[in-house]
Amino acid sequence: MTVPKDSNEKFSAYAHPEVLVSTEWLEANLGTPGLVIVESDEDVLLYDVSHIPGAVKIDWHTDLNQGVVRDYIQGPEFAELASRSGIKRESTVVIYGDASNWWASYALWVFKLFGHTDVRLLDGGREKWIAEGRPVTKDETVVEATEYPIIERDDVTDRAFRDQVQAHIGKPMVDVRSPQEYNGERTHMPNYPQESALRAGHIPGAQSVPWARAANEDKTFKSREELEAIYLGEKGLKVDDDVIAYCRIGERSSHTWFVLKYLLGFGKVRNYDGSWTEWGSLVGAPIVLGDEPGVFSK
Amino acid sequence: MTSIEQSLNDLGSEFAELGVKDRLTLLLEIAGELPELPARYADHPDLLERVEECQSPVFLFVEVENDRVGIFLTAPEEAPTTRGFASILHQLLNGHTVAEVLAAPEDIPDRLHLKDAVSLLRINGLRGMLNRIKRQVAEKA
Repeated sequence: MTVPKDSNEKFSAYAHPEVLVSTEWLEANLGTPGLVIVESDEDVLLYDVSHIPGAVKIDWHTDLNQGVVRDYIQGPEFAELASRSGIKRESTVVIYGDASNWWASYALWVFKLFGHTDVRLLDGGREKWIAEGRPVTKDETVVEATEYPIIERDDVTDRAFRDQVQAHIGKPMVDVRSPQEYNGERTHMPNYPQESALRAGHIPGAQSVPWARAANEDKTFKSREELEAIYLGEKGLKVDDDVIAYCRIGERSSHTWFVLKYLLGFGKVRNYDGSWTEWGSLVGAPIVLGDEPGVFSK
Repeated sequence: MTSIEQSLNDLGSEFAELGVKDRLTLLLEIAGELPELPARYADHPDLLERVEECQSPVFLFVEVENDRVGIFLTAPEEAPTTRGFASILHQLLNGHTVAEVLAAPEDIPDRLHLKDAVSLLRINGLRGMLNRIKRQVAEKA
């Protein structure tokens, strides 16, 4: 770890306190050698309107995805992206974004596919930083290109594919979409009809925990105690469970993946990035309607 | 008045000639040109229709007077891409006749050369706005 962690009291209760930084910490650490700040937004122009001084932009759609195949970039492209973003393998990377850090969480997840050790999220993201009146700039960040090794993407540890999801039916799964998407009233999230599927409902056995239950009004994560009450208490998950989380394209479930893995310390959590846009259109895939998880007999 | 087809060709060529980064800069400039809502709508958000296809809250209202179409769109400051799309449609369609707006090309979103810069998923918001403008024009003509 290049830059010392944020010793914020709230974070110290989490299983991995080193994965979060507060807005106070980040402002105090602007310009610290070894720290690279990355903005990753839903809106592709927002960074250009204003960003945290020194931050670079990495866009999930245009930088982290392949242009043709539905998949993430490979090791050489990731090395190139890191290099032009001024990131070294040992850099401390702090990611923040709009929309409650969905895309920041998603970018962090992709960094983890490439095994980048020290990646952290800004608790509260862009919204909290702006709301607190902290410094922003329009100035272009001048980056000195770095050397970043070519790392083979790890699609095993944190990522689940459709066949694995099929085999996982009967084991813990978390559907983080809205209740209407879960029970089958709609094939897409409110306001996102373009990311639709041919069928509505949920994967048999998946429990419904909308992602936002993990967040406070100010977009920060809830305390460990509050999170445990939801995922362990109410939903009965255990930290040694093997859990798969999904949503529609994997961005909201990255947020929940982050919560389960780093804040609550689950040993095995995977994000099914194919999510509902794949499962809900997959020929023959079993689906359950209604508010109950349901069962599927193979 | 320049035809919608001609304006679209001009704007499409302007984007096409730029690199990806400059396309975003141009879109941001266009976003800045979106006119403020007149008081009669700014004070009455209930009159405006929400564009559900857009990820951020976009609202629109269409007026038809003497066969001319007036288009009013608003989107939050923190959604500059959506403001850019709204502003493009405003620039292309505002002030044209009912027949011209109804006949406006359905593939406006595809002819702007923004796919690489903005991504396919995001451009779909523009499609939603266009469809709703046309529907309101047809209803009010």
